[in-house]
Amino acid sequence: MTAAADQALLRLTRVSKTFGGIRALSDVSLSVEQKRIVGVIGPNGAGKTTLFNVITGAYRADAGEVALAGESITQWPSYRIVRAGIARTFQNIRLFAGMTVWEHLLVAQPHQGAMMRRFLPARWADPAAWSRAEETLVLFGLQNYRNSVARTLAYGIQRKVEMARALTAKPKLLLLDEPVAGMNRDESTELRRLLLQLRERGLAILLIEHDMTFVMNLCEDVYVLDFGAVIALGNPSEIRRDPVVLDAYLGREAAC
Amino acid sequence: MISTYEAGLLADVGILLLGALSVYIILATGQLSLGNAGFMGIGAYIASFLTVELHWPLTAALIAAAFVASAIGVVVGFPALRLKGIYLAMATLGFGEMVRSFFLGFERMGGSAGYRGMQHVSLGYIWAWAAGALLLVMTLERSRMWLEMRAVHDDETAAGLVGLNTTLTKIGAFGFGGAVAAIAGGLFAHQYVYIEPANFGFERSIDFVLAVILGGSTVGVGALIGAALLVLLPEWLRFLTDWRLAAFGVLLILVLLTRRQGILDRALLAKLTLRRSAS
Repeated sequence: MTAAADQALLRLTRVSKTFGGIRALSDVSLSVEQKRIVGVIGPNGAGKTTLFNVITGAYRADAGEVALAGESITQWPSYRIVRAGIARTFQNIRLFAGMTVWEHLLVAQPHQGAMMRRFLPARWADPAAWSRAEETLVLFGLQNYRNSVARTLAYGIQRKVEMARALTAKPKLLLLDEPVAGMNRDESTELRRLLLQLRERGLAILLIEHDMTFVMNLCEDVYVLDFGAVIALGNPSEIRRDPVVLDAYLGREAAC
Repeated sequence: MISTYEAGLLADVGILLLGALSVYIILATGQLSLGNAGFMGIGAYIASFLTVELHWPLTAALIAAAFVASAIGVVVGFPALRLKGIYLAMATLGFGEMVRSFFLGFERMGGSAGYRGMQHVSLGYIWAWAAGALLLVMTLERSRMWLEMRAVHDDETAAGLVGLNTTLTKIGAFGFGGAVAAIAGGLFAHQYVYIEPANFGFERSIDFVLAVILGGSTVGVGALIGAALLVLLPEWLRFLTDWRLAAFGVLLILVLLTRRQGILDRALLAKLTLRRSAS
């Protein structure tokens, strides 16, 4: 047990969250190991986004523990959790409306070196941050949008910028909330390739997604959430055959 | 040479520029302060006390006043964390009035009768501070800290969730803004060589905000344009005699109707600086 705990990058132990009598999460236990891509699926209102909000400190868990690399982060403020290594994107994209793509790639980077550096013009005071932003810009193919203001960007580009911003925080674990929503097939194929590439660089990914093909082709482990509880866990082929899952989720969707 | 009258106007522009910058700095994090005349008053009284009673040199007195006002700004910043939009504006307005009524009852420095004895400062000295503060802000605007402030302005929750310490950013802005307003106050006191609590009332705070909104609330240089227009336009409109303030009001409304972000914004500024470097 303890050996396994040490291996897990992220571990949730019996986490519960209640909103005015409604149990949004009940006794959720989940773990993500290094360099794994883990999916969370479940019908609308199953508690998936709540789960992300509890992990990133946007909500406090009522019970249970969230641990990052063995250390409890349950009570930490959001910014500390990000700095410790968990970055995220949002289901309804949350960019800084008045800032350019380039500024998004600078703003979330961890500060390194002398304190004074953050008060001086970034271009020459923080060349490391500057070149990391440049790198990320190229990685996501955003060169043409460098000086575009976020609110003017197309939806698909906004998704990319959000993901790029999360990556510049140098996370160990990336949480993606419906990353392919609104993307066409080419874009989602491109994203899949990118995520695999990031995993090769040592990143672990936890993602919520409604696009079953995307999840089943990408994730190594899949958790199924329904009414705030984990009802199944396994690799994609196990999940596909699980009668509980078929009944709770896939079946319901097929019936629609 | 410029006349005493013109020098007085230019001094007013410099002082208003500092006041406007103090609002701009706080506004950059999305917080609207209608109480910066309070910080200005604190700066004016502390600097005057130090130069008149303790015979400090003015520069040292201004720096000391800035530090005290900055600390008070941080204290004001904490309750401000829990308030947003109009509620925050009302609370800061309350702070300004609190400061004003404190000095009204502060007999040690004249109370409602005001305080005098300061040495008059030169126009150059005022503008050294004003230009210095503007350049400082313009430099900071290119720093990562300023990006963090703008991120908090645009979406505070998201800023926290991408790893920014929003609490520190917002409180820091109040501290910095308070310091700049205090400098404006200290210079004001030594420009007019007389201060009274009524100098630091609500109208003064509104002037600061107006200069920022008119000149452009998303770029520091906007404060310069706003401050200049706010002081000089009513002068240029003097030929309208009794109607000049009404005409000024109409102009203000027209500008805001056509350019909600103020006269200058980032896009326009980028265009202007590009053209200059191209030619």
